[in-house]
Amino acid sequence: MSIRKALTALGELLVTAGVIVLLFAAYELWGTGVYTSGQQSDLHSELNREWASASAAATAPATAPPGSTASPSAGATPTAVPGAVPAYDIKHVPLGSGLAVLRIPKFGSDYDKVIVQGVGTEDLKRGPGHYPGSAFPGDVGNFVVSGHRTTYGAPFNRIDELRAGDPIVVQTATNWYVYRVTASEIVQPTATDVVSPVPHHVGEKATTALMTLTTCNPKYSAAQRLIVYATLDATSPSGSPPVTVLAGG
Amino acid sequence: MYAWLWHHLPGSRATKALCALLLLVAVLALLFFVVFPAVEDWLPFNDVTVDPGSVNPA
Repeated sequence: MSIRKALTALGELLVTAGVIVLLFAAYELWGTGVYTSGQQSDLHSELNREWASASAAATAPATAPPGSTASPSAGATPTAVPGAVPAYDIKHVPLGSGLAVLRIPKFGSDYDKVIVQGVGTEDLKRGPGHYPGSAFPGDVGNFVVSGHRTTYGAPFNRIDELRAGDPIVVQTATNWYVYRVTASEIVQPTATDVVSPVPHHVGEKATTALMTLTTCNPKYSAAQRLIVYATLDATSPSGSPPVTVLAGG
Repeated sequence: MYAWLWHHLPGSRATKALCALLLLVAVLALLFFVVFPAVEDWLPFNDVTVDPGSVNPA
């Protein structure tokens, strides 16, 4: 009966392997989301703290002698008034740290994802990532953000539903930016020209402020990339959020 | 395999069941906290960026 025993063992092994694959699928779909939601809540409180200290530094009287405040941006911004250099500078946010908050009213009022700096594997596990080297929010050029479609909280799960005119709201320490979707397309994973300052026109100098979202396509695959383009429509200071847009207007 | 395991767990039926449960929890923890996170970076469905050498995780 040794053949029968061997077959039984083989069967048990195969069933076990099948269960492990199913568990892995469950981990990818839900387990990774638990990680990301924890990271996102950390990022939210981190950003709130940094932005609060940045606005306090910006409004504080410039009495401190130059160079007395240990600021990572000191020296990098020659036009800044000495002593009034904010401790927080969006252009010097380290990889993996929060940069801005992304809101897409179409996905509900509770959709607020912290965009991190960087698109490395570990960065994107925390939230949507800003391509280093691409424009910053509101700047002329292309503000490029990548995010997961199906795992790690799946921030860009539904961006295929975005249509021309739909608002994408980006909040930074100083401003609110409302971008409006202009187009979307599906490209090959190697189509790096979509992230250039003028999409599809590599080397051309940008004249408008654009935003580009990239994610994988189709869902649960990495065969292609889904790209959504938007253009800057309105800017307001941090004190006056675009209430009607955020409410879905 | 599982019959062999059950046979080698100590004690009465109740303690065997308890041991089996503990083993199951240990294996699941190992999978979810060590094996799966290590394996997923080798699989392609987390690729969301465009890059010239794309196929491997960005």
